[in-house]
Amino acid sequence: MGSADKLRELMRTEGAAIAANTQGFNDGRYRSVAKLDDYESRKREARAIKEDAIERLPELLDELTDTVEANGGTVYVADDDADANDYISDVVAERDAERVVKSKSMTSEEIEINAALEADGVDVVETDLGEWVLQVADEAPSHIVAPAIHKSREDIADLFNATFDPETPLETAAELTAFAREKLGELIVDADVGITGANFIAADTGTMALVTSEGNARKTVAATDTHVAVAGVEKIVPSVSDLAPFVELIGRSGTGQDITSYVSLLTPPVATPVVDFADDETPLSEFESDREFHLVLVDNGRLEMRDDEQLKETLYCIRCSACSNACANFQSVGGHGFGGETYSGGIATGWEAGIEGLDTAAEFNDLCTGCSRCVDACPVGIDIPWINTVVRDRRNREQTQPAEWLVDGLVPDEEDEGTPLQKRFFGNFETVARLASLTAPLSNWLAETSLSRWAMASALGVDPRRELPSFERETFVDWFASRESTVTDPDRHAVVYPDLYTNHVRTDRGKAAVKALEALDVDVVVPPVASSGRAPLSQGMVATATDHAERVVETLAPHVEAGRDVVVIEPSDHAMFQREYEKLLGDAEFASLAEHSYEIMEYVYGRLDNGADPAPLETVENEALAYHSHCQQRTLGLEAHTVAVLEELGYDVATSDVECCGMAGSFGYKSDYYEVSMDVGGRLRTQLRDSDVRDRQVVASGTSCCEQIDALLERRPRHPIRLLTE
Amino acid sequence: MSESRSRFESSLDDLGVTVSRTDEGALPATIDDAITQPAVGASLGLDGEPLAETAVDVDPTPAALREATTGVTAAGLAVADYGSLVLTMDDRGSELVGLFVAEHVVVLRESDLLPDMDATIDTLERRITDASESAILATGPSATADMGELVLGAHGPKDVHLVVVGEGE
Repeated sequence: MGSADKLRELMRTEGAAIAANTQGFNDGRYRSVAKLDDYESRKREARAIKEDAIERLPELLDELTDTVEANGGTVYVADDDADANDYISDVVAERDAERVVKSKSMTSEEIEINAALEADGVDVVETDLGEWVLQVADEAPSHIVAPAIHKSREDIADLFNATFDPETPLETAAELTAFAREKLGELIVDADVGITGANFIAADTGTMALVTSEGNARKTVAATDTHVAVAGVEKIVPSVSDLAPFVELIGRSGTGQDITSYVSLLTPPVATPVVDFADDETPLSEFESDREFHLVLVDNGRLEMRDDEQLKETLYCIRCSACSNACANFQSVGGHGFGGETYSGGIATGWEAGIEGLDTAAEFNDLCTGCSRCVDACPVGIDIPWINTVVRDRRNREQTQPAEWLVDGLVPDEEDEGTPLQKRFFGNFETVARLASLTAPLSNWLAETSLSRWAMASALGVDPRRELPSFERETFVDWFASRESTVTDPDRHAVVYPDLYTNHVRTDRGKAAVKALEALDVDVVVPPVASSGRAPLSQGMVATATDHAERVVETLAPHVEAGRDVVVIEPSDHAMFQREYEKLLGDAEFASLAEHSYEIMEYVYGRLDNGADPAPLETVENEALAYHSHCQQRTLGLEAHTVAVLEELGYDVATSDVECCGMAGSFGYKSDYYEVSMDVGGRLRTQLRDSDVRDRQVVASGTSCCEQIDALLERRPRHPIRLLTE
Repeated sequence: MSESRSRFESSLDDLGVTVSRTDEGALPATIDDAITQPAVGASLGLDGEPLAETAVDVDPTPAALREATTGVTAAGLAVADYGSLVLTMDDRGSELVGLFVAEHVVVLRESDLLPDMDATIDTLERRITDASESAILATGPSATADMGELVLGAHGPKDVHLVVVGEGE
């Protein structure tokens, strides 16, 4: 089944439950972290602990092994899944166990321990209610924290009624929970071995933290005489005191709970007596607490990831699921679409690439659009979009498909020949745009003919349902070159960066930016500059993006040295200067450009805040406006500046709060993803059609957002800068 | 301490944890008011064993535990910011008594209330380092959202009642 068919089917069958649940978690995260006074410093603290722990991992692994063994437990470091399963199978066989109860653990999913034990004839019971639902349904988890998130209450009721045929059919969530509690409760008290995961393990004391809500992990440990904890080697932190920030962050970041019901801090062997639940004579305190403890630490590719400068950050992941819930595409397709063998969501690309290999990661990696909304959500500040970009780049390079003459001639780039045609077309959009402007309006007419749309669809995977951008014959740079400045006594000097879209397609917003800045006494220049490299970067063409970045800096650096500010209209390009260039350029080059560049409305805000006279700008009397900011602009914390400027000019501004419009550059143009893009956009459409918003003029900062809104609504959106002088 | 106390009370209220305050003298009567029979308990580790003066079956058999509705145990610490109760895992079976029941009645000395998570982890770190302790930070009743909506009372207790023992109030 092709990508589009598979994703359409997922959205049809699982989309509604996925959307409701992930958005609920995501809203909860915003509410919960807002209540934590030192949220940002807690995140930095958590990040620093993880950086240190992974740096010192071999040493901590030795320390932990010594500690656990001194406490009377056993540590086994498993090279891979088979090694881990063999060890656990031996422990279970040694115990002569008939039944193993498990609490939820992604690492045990990764090694597929259930299948290994069942092959030995052992009864394996998942006790987490969500995992149990999936075990009964024989399905895979769709979310790393809430595994059955794709199932509605009705789905689960149908499943239980069909499977167990209860006397009275089950209906409500409370009935379903009570039924499962009863059923699993009986199985737990008769179990022999308990398998849990571990969220964090302190090397100094051997204390493991288990973050749960149902109480099944507690029962799994308390009711059995053999405890096997399975965890990735990256779960080790240096000391117990390091647990504090994680305890405060993990629930808030994931499901939006300030803290989950139970955080177990176990320093095995635990003192809880091992009892026979059928015994009606012996008091609890008279049973011995002779519990065996086995800690199985799984490598399975992790130590190699630690030596991989780009994938290493993945090991900081605490599996909270923030990157899944904050992801607009994940909210539409869930982990069965946006996921690999075990892990799902944005960070899954890193995990699956490191554990399974590039092929597995490549199956879903294109669902990350680089919108960056997960970056602020991640409690340990992992640059998840960058990991996705790197994996895409590696995947491009290892493919052997020969480049096609059509795009090869059109797009002389820095990529190896393997890079797929579609990626090279979108990645080299600058060349496409330059040629299109040169030949406009002919190029626009030609592009819209049914023959060229057919060719684009079959050769490049450009979805025929998308309207194509219409190129201007006179570029923004050419327009500027043919006019005189209106500023005689400037307060500041600036370069307006002619990004690809402003230069070739949306020249009106460039002209509006120049007029607004000149009205605020800014002397403006608009030199020809290379495009930022956002387009190739989004296709995983890192070498080509780096080439763009170097050319951009070559042109802009002398202006910056001469005291000019750099003003950027397209938020995705501004985000390149502020974020991604750090990965592509030298430190000094990056720092200088980042420090001196501003998003256009941020710059206007700064001028007004510094006392510039707003009189030359157009004002209104309490006019209602709807504003959709841009994903990457929000990540940089720059939505508020636009709103503040618009309010100062007299607008009553209603803002959207969807994570992304769904277009995300080329993503929404691709046939594989058009329907996902429109489903994501549907949430923005709903907000923009709200009763209080439906009659408002719409403004949006991003080119992609404007194109998407154009496809979603009758109202034509504009860039907010155009309101200042028109 | 009073600022912590009011934060603690509001956290508990948000979690649906009911509270009664008492002093050492009135503790047995307060516990009797809080329990639903059949009730079992694990020794609170307090002087004079207050549970001996209640209707609670102290140190029950496993079979009695499985029949019980209420379990009474002590909390070693509590966290005002979160309304979390730090449950001990001891050889008296507190973990079993507080987990395999529908209602958990928890007894806390007011002086064991700490303001925030840092202070709690600090204190626990000392106990873990000194005595390899294990503990549960329990915050509200057990809960699940796995059945399509939030349900209180999953595998663990559905109701939590806290008895705070003050000093000479």
